Amino acid sequence: MRNIVNKIIKKYKNDKTRLMDILIDTQSEIGFIPDEAVEEIAQILNLSKVDVVQTLTFYHFFSQKPIGEYAVYLNNSVVANMMGRVEVAKAFEEEVGCGFDNVSEDGKIGLYNTACIGMSDQEPAAIINGTVFTKLTPNKVKDIVADMRAGKNVKEMFDNYGDSENNSELIKSMVTNNIMKRGEVLFSDYEHGSALKKVITMTPEEVIEEIKDSYLRGRGGAGFPTGLKWDFCRQSEGEIRYVMCNADEGEPGTFKERVILTEFPKLLFEGMAIAGYALDAKEGVLYLRSEYTYLKNYLENIIQELRETNQLGENIAGKEGFNFDIRIQFGAGAYVCGEESALIESAEGKRGEPRNRPPFPVQKGYMQQPTVVNNVETLCNVVKIMLNGADWYTMMGTRESSGTKLISVSGDCKYPGVYEVEWGLRIRDMLEMVGAEDIQAVQVGGPSGSCIGKRSFKRTICYEDFPTGGSMMVIGNKRNLLNDVVKNFMEFFIEESCGSCVPCRALTVILKNKLEKILYGNGVTNDLAELEKWCNMMKESNRCGLGQTAANPILTSLKNFREKYEELINKDIEFDSGFDLSAAVAESCEAVDRIPNL
Amino acid sequence: MSEKIKFTIDDKECFAEKGQNVLDAATDNGIFIPALCHIRGVKPAGACRLCNVKIAGRLMTACTTPVESGMEIENDIPEIQDLRLAIIEMLFVEGNHFCPACEKSGNCELQALAYRYQMMVPRFPYEFPVKEIDASCPKLIIDHNRCILCKRCIRSFKDENGKNIFAFKKRGHKLQINIDEKLSANLSDEMAQKAMDICPVGAIIHKGKGFDEPIGTRKYDKVPIGSDIESVV
Amino acid sequence: MSKPIIATTSLAGCFGCHMSLLDIDERILELIELVEFNKSPIDDIKEFTKQCDIGLIEGGCCNSENVHVLKDFRKNCKILISFGECALMGGLPAFRNGIPIKECLDEAYLNGPTVVNSNPDKILPNDDEIPMMLDKVYPCHEVVKIDYFLPGCPPRADLIWDALVAILTGNELKLPYEVVKFD
Repeated sequence: MRNIVNKIIKKYKNDKTRLMDILIDTQSEIGFIPDEAVEEIAQILNLSKVDVVQTLTFYHFFSQKPIGEYAVYLNNSVVANMMGRVEVAKAFEEEVGCGFDNVSEDGKIGLYNTACIGMSDQEPAAIINGTVFTKLTPNKVKDIVADMRAGKNVKEMFDNYGDSENNSELIKSMVTNNIMKRGEVLFSDYEHGSALKKVITMTPEEVIEEIKDSYLRGRGGAGFPTGLKWDFCRQSEGEIRYVMCNADEGEPGTFKERVILTEFPKLLFEGMAIAGYALDAKEGVLYLRSEYTYLKNYLENIIQELRETNQLGENIAGKEGFNFDIRIQFGAGAYVCGEESALIESAEGKRGEPRNRPPFPVQKGYMQQPTVVNNVETLCNVVKIMLNGADWYTMMGTRESSGTKLISVSGDCKYPGVYEVEWGLRIRDMLEMVGAEDIQAVQVGGPSGSCIGKRSFKRTICYEDFPTGGSMMVIGNKRNLLNDVVKNFMEFFIEESCGSCVPCRALTVILKNKLEKILYGNGVTNDLAELEKWCNMMKESNRCGLGQTAANPILTSLKNFREKYEELINKDIEFDSGFDLSAAVAESCEAVDRIPNL
Repeated sequence: MSEKIKFTIDDKECFAEKGQNVLDAATDNGIFIPALCHIRGVKPAGACRLCNVKIAGRLMTACTTPVESGMEIENDIPEIQDLRLAIIEMLFVEGNHFCPACEKSGNCELQALAYRYQMMVPRFPYEFPVKEIDASCPKLIIDHNRCILCKRCIRSFKDENGKNIFAFKKRGHKLQINIDEKLSANLSDEMAQKAMDICPVGAIIHKGKGFDEPIGTRKYDKVPIGSDIESVV
Repeated sequence: MSKPIIATTSLAGCFGCHMSLLDIDERILELIELVEFNKSPIDDIKEFTKQCDIGLIEGGCCNSENVHVLKDFRKNCKILISFGECALMGGLPAFRNGIPIKECLDEAYLNGPTVVNSNPDKILPNDDEIPMMLDKVYPCHEVVKIDYFLPGCPPRADLIWDALVAILTGNELKLPYEVVKFD
């Protein structure tokens, strides 16, 4: 085992900033990260053991004990539940013979829950040893478990491959793209490398001006003007600059980047190269979520191909001195790493805790050097803007939101998938397009976004009115909104908080408990007032976007569906702590073998 | 010569060195802004969120915000004071803080802040989480029940080679501090006492120490936390 | 006008808070002038004989009897005051919170060093007359509505006195720094 670990560490040149990769490889080679490996890693990298444990225990997909020859990570997102996850989970438990968070007695199969894996358009879905299984049913589970027991390779357990590149030799996945609407910017054909050829005839300043003129705003959710970000970075002093692409698509219900990475990876890499040119950066890092490891070989192969065709590497496209290369940094299961500074921390081998600002990443980012972190979709937009011009781009969308937007649609609708729409589309029209009927609510922008009802369907998707990072979950009338959706989202945030800020760590739990009190029928009028007041404390008191939005599931549902809360409230009584004597004595009565005498 | 800049806190005119953070600058001007994670001279953590102040209508943590010329800072306003009390209360309910049985009682900064903000009982229900007490280190007891995860020990306590003795473990609600077994095995009594002193609460206890000051003579028995700062100017 | 009526009780507490109540020294005479005591260990009145104005609760709820008494106090007192750490947050009895009940009982009746050889039949008390243990020790306000809280272990006599006087006279309660302490 020492040899394995030594080899891995050597591969990363004893570089402690590559601790994530070292742990990922160790986990993958040994199946878990044993204590001896932790000690070995710490010793060679000249770290304390607790430093290594700190990174290791932060990420969902690292484990200090064996996770089973086959580790089943079944998504437990809201949409997965809607599509029948409960039955699938039960089937897994019955077939495997153990509960979740456990490994079967023979050590063969481990069952685990996991947050949204970016397959909301084909749930219920699970990742087994890195391979994605979609549209699971209890029957399919029986076959899968039988195959696992028989020792089959996960890749050999199916032959129903997805469409287009999903079927390519290096992916061979059952995932389907579900591109439901192609717009003019992202899902349109173009000649790879053509934008780069044009860009190298311009000065970096001209490139940045063009992006500024296009009014392109970051597509990750925050909507910061991309040109401005680049400008700030370029003006920051540093020895070297970095371009990082945020492909940590962790917001439940979002999967548009999965589709870009599958179908248009060259578009993305060209966008990164353009950013590299504009910023005079030599290195690009694609931070890719662990859930998309099934695309690893495919993407690495494309990067190699781009090097060979002089679209990456040295003197790109024949331009003297234009050197830029890309490496892929995998995550290991942490939603908060979608926050740009947490992403940087993670890429440096640390726990994904967001940094304090200032300094901003454009000043001191990756390796303390000026860094631009852009979303996948943003960088893809860059290519088309450079190719067709800012004027062409601003013709689309609205005044403050130019271009198009990818929206991941899932839930109770006929046509889940990815839609490229112009900014400014009315939510109602969008819902009609996706075949959503009998709608109770729509979750726009994931758990950190808003839960809206019919009253809001007249609003338009754009920064002036209703901005979104790009997802819609349709929640039909048959669903229990507060219990199945709002509570699930709160549990998600509790699980994904880094834990550094007190309100994000503690108040999320308090809020969930309060919500449960109401759901269990112990709510009184004052609980709603307190709930609202406490939710509002979250908004500004936390460091990063996760903490600031973690109360949004309750806050927005309380605003738009107050009646659903009020229905559960007992208005006749002033006080109810939720204390239940019979429940409180049950354990002790059982322990001493007596019948509760209430 | 460093440049002096002018700013205000609650309309009081203040002066600071350029580059100072708002929290230190406030302290130097005799204004108390509460904080549990801050240690002067150590890179701020911005973790406890108690030092949130309002600048240009936005909440910002004073410890991580560099003071700027002309800055108008709101500190002692009901909205912020209530948030601070709420955060103190969150800390009381998310852990198990049995003050009467704690060696640090009377010298505990969390308790002292609760006194200063007149917490009678937290507005939130007690969680009574199951937490461990780790006595494996020869010189220290780590009581996770009392830990408020302020990161002070992590940020300021290293061994002679600059290696971290403390670090975090896990995340979110399950976050805890973790002490390096090997590196802490040979701690001197002096270092152990230093670790205990750096901890604002009673989560790090120097074995064999504690309860050595009678009630009435401890740090916060008679005077509120922050009064030393306020009495300077 | 009749005197305000006070009731007191000690639930899962050590009576230390009651001792502190007596620790108001000669003011106890003044208190007797001001108020009348009803159900309380001080006068040994075991059941409420009339509606009271103020109920002082020491200790948290660790068993079913505590809960019944507390609810009885809520029913019979206009104002309820939790006084002392145990009433406010469970206090030392709540050290057991988080330990499974079976483990607590086994330690207390079977395995503890003082009992290990003295319970040969390995009996865990389960007579119907014995109150049933709760899964954890509850602060009083997590069972019934509590109107005021006086922290301390015990609460300082001055705090108890000042609070009672403030409530009885309707004057504002001033809290000097030294009187509000958690230990």
